[in-house]
Amino acid sequence: MVTDLRPRTAEKTAPAPRPASKRPFLSQVDAKWSPYLFIAPFFVIFGIFGLFPLGYTAWVSLHDWDLGGAGAFVGLDNYTTLFGDPDFWNAVGNTLGMLVLATVPQLLLALVLASLLNQKLRGLTFLRMGVVLPIVTSVAAVGIVFSQIFDRDAGMANGLLGLFDIAPVDWRADKWSSWTAISTMVNWRWTGYNALIYLAAMQAIPRELYEAATVDGASKVRQFRSITVPMIRPAVIFTVIMSTIAGTQLFTEPLIFGQGGFAISGGSLRQFQTLSMYMFEKAFRDFDYGYGSAVAWMIFLLITLLGVVNFLITRKGR
Amino acid sequence: MAVRPRRTLLAAVIAGALAAMAACGEGAADSASGQTTLIVKTFSQFGYDELYEEYEASHPGVTIKEENIGKLGDYLPKLQQWMAAGKGAGDVVAIEEGILSQFMAEPDRFVNLREHGVDALRPNFLEWKWKQASTPDGSKVVGLGTDVGAQGMCYRTDLFAAAGLPTDREAVGALWPTWDDYLATGKRFKAAGKDAKFFDSSGSIYQNILMQQGDHTYYDTANELVIDSNPGVKEAWDQTVELVEAGLSANIDQWSPQWNAGFKTGSFATIPCPSWMLGTIEKQAGPENKGKWDVARVPGDGGVRGGSFLAVPAQSGHQAEAAELVKFLTSAKGQTAAFKAKNNFPSSPQAIDDPAVRDFTNPYFNDAPVGKIFGDSVKALKPVYLGPDNNPIGDRVGNALTAVEQGKLKPDEAWSKAVDDAKRLVK
Repeated sequence: MVTDLRPRTAEKTAPAPRPASKRPFLSQVDAKWSPYLFIAPFFVIFGIFGLFPLGYTAWVSLHDWDLGGAGAFVGLDNYTTLFGDPDFWNAVGNTLGMLVLATVPQLLLALVLASLLNQKLRGLTFLRMGVVLPIVTSVAAVGIVFSQIFDRDAGMANGLLGLFDIAPVDWRADKWSSWTAISTMVNWRWTGYNALIYLAAMQAIPRELYEAATVDGASKVRQFRSITVPMIRPAVIFTVIMSTIAGTQLFTEPLIFGQGGFAISGGSLRQFQTLSMYMFEKAFRDFDYGYGSAVAWMIFLLITLLGVVNFLITRKGR
Repeated sequence: MAVRPRRTLLAAVIAGALAAMAACGEGAADSASGQTTLIVKTFSQFGYDELYEEYEASHPGVTIKEENIGKLGDYLPKLQQWMAAGKGAGDVVAIEEGILSQFMAEPDRFVNLREHGVDALRPNFLEWKWKQASTPDGSKVVGLGTDVGAQGMCYRTDLFAAAGLPTDREAVGALWPTWDDYLATGKRFKAAGKDAKFFDSSGSIYQNILMQQGDHTYYDTANELVIDSNPGVKEAWDQTVELVEAGLSANIDQWSPQWNAGFKTGSFATIPCPSWMLGTIEKQAGPENKGKWDVARVPGDGGVRGGSFLAVPAQSGHQAEAAELVKFLTSAKGQTAAFKAKNNFPSSPQAIDDPAVRDFTNPYFNDAPVGKIFGDSVKALKPVYLGPDNNPIGDRVGNALTAVEQGKLKPDEAWSKAVDDAKRLVK
């Protein structure tokens, strides 16, 4: 809606509006098309680096495609094989399992952290800076350090467990233990980031609400539940969706956590091989590009599916 | 203060731009100044640094750049990609014997070295080593042999002494004429109740026993997968499982950081060491452990594990120069030098008999006469045929063995899993 602020009298003195065609041609083009031109760079780049690879991957996935280039067109054969491939379903399970383990505690912790940082504390700026520090560290460094913490023979985690007389855990041998170790890396790295987003949202909540609640005798916890959380809902939705996408693409942490020359298999029995790792193994280790592309498309569909689920849940709660 | 970050940023940008320009300029500068840069792609340790210097000194105008990838497992997919893409492979590539047959399937991707006068050099190589990298009809020579993986068994003298075992390498070798004797020794070691385990991982033991089981492993010479019908594979598996179930394995994945650290901290008392592994042990155990590691003969009969070739990809822009470099590096003299640098054992009979090799003792390993130990093992060598997907199949069998070590699968289940995985990979 545009509100016309021009004086009405101007129209009266010139009752016949000037035909549009009399305006200079270039200025017409300018007015009509320049907005598109201004936003074009994004769409052109997105088309080249986003849409085209997506479509091309779909095309490759319909072929028997190896290092030598395109082979025979095989239709949906790669997908049929994929649905009967136990390693693929194993990777789906691992990815979803670690997604839950890495996202839920992370966001809950971030929420608590943010509300703490929203209080009047000493050295507030220092603390707020502190929580985002993990993001500055490189994923590889995090992976290496945590792999040592979760080492079977000389790791700190087992050392701590030993203090409570708990037998050392072979972290890479089981699903639950390897998932825990990997999720810990993800949580450590991203909790602060999410906390900062929540903090920004919390600071936009009008103080009056809290004052009124205090007058009504609501406790801090009650205020947090009934004012803070509902008010920062958009931020929560944003972080849930972002963490879901990142979690579905989990790759570097489990790869570095894995050991030896065949780390891409994610453990001796593929205990912690994620979908991205499986895609990489198929495409860049076995050079079955067609099959790898099919896996890539399944990752895309999975993210879309999870996105829709997220959307439906959040809409329902509105 | 405000200026500084911006200045660093600017410097970084300029440095980046310069690097990019230098990278672009490389090819152009080559032809203009008559300078040739030869790029050599290797994995692990080839010990060529001094040879490069010598070659550059005697060949003005040639600069050699080695690009190394630590793990063979990471090197193989890269090499496959370079070869298929037709660029990126540089001028000389190293090919390990386990991955050789898949590249031999397409000899046209490599320069036929016979066109560069290598025929006269044939007597310089062990006959089977020469044949491995030639086409079946002998019309093409794809690569020239560098080293052979002569076998030894490395052990920690301090751990052996603590467990009341002999430490002298002759006496140690006499402990284990066969793998069963090795198992018995392991049990003695374990009974002494030391912290360390007897060997590093099922993977290295298995690989070693496997290579002593006749002339082929997972594939027969017609490239048919015979993993479940070749009795030798199952025998190596069973022998390994027996060692694992006796509780002798430290269960540390080969090539992992813990494995590297294990050489230093003494997490394991023995490790089967092909000649090329001595360089790795010395590097990982570090100078402070000099003299703690020693080399004895390997249980069982000889057997080769590993060993490599150098080849010139057809995509190289300097084929003639690259072929010359390959001839130099694989010459008896070159092989002797590589042996002295990193203990990569020569595949040239002249080099093997060269007193410089024969009488060579390795100071790091208590002056062990490695030239003699490995030389004796090389004499007993029989070539083993390794099919196209040899290494990926080996990865899968290794994972299955690890699952046994972790107690996650029973040996029988693990064996059928390994066979199934191999079949699915090859299909």
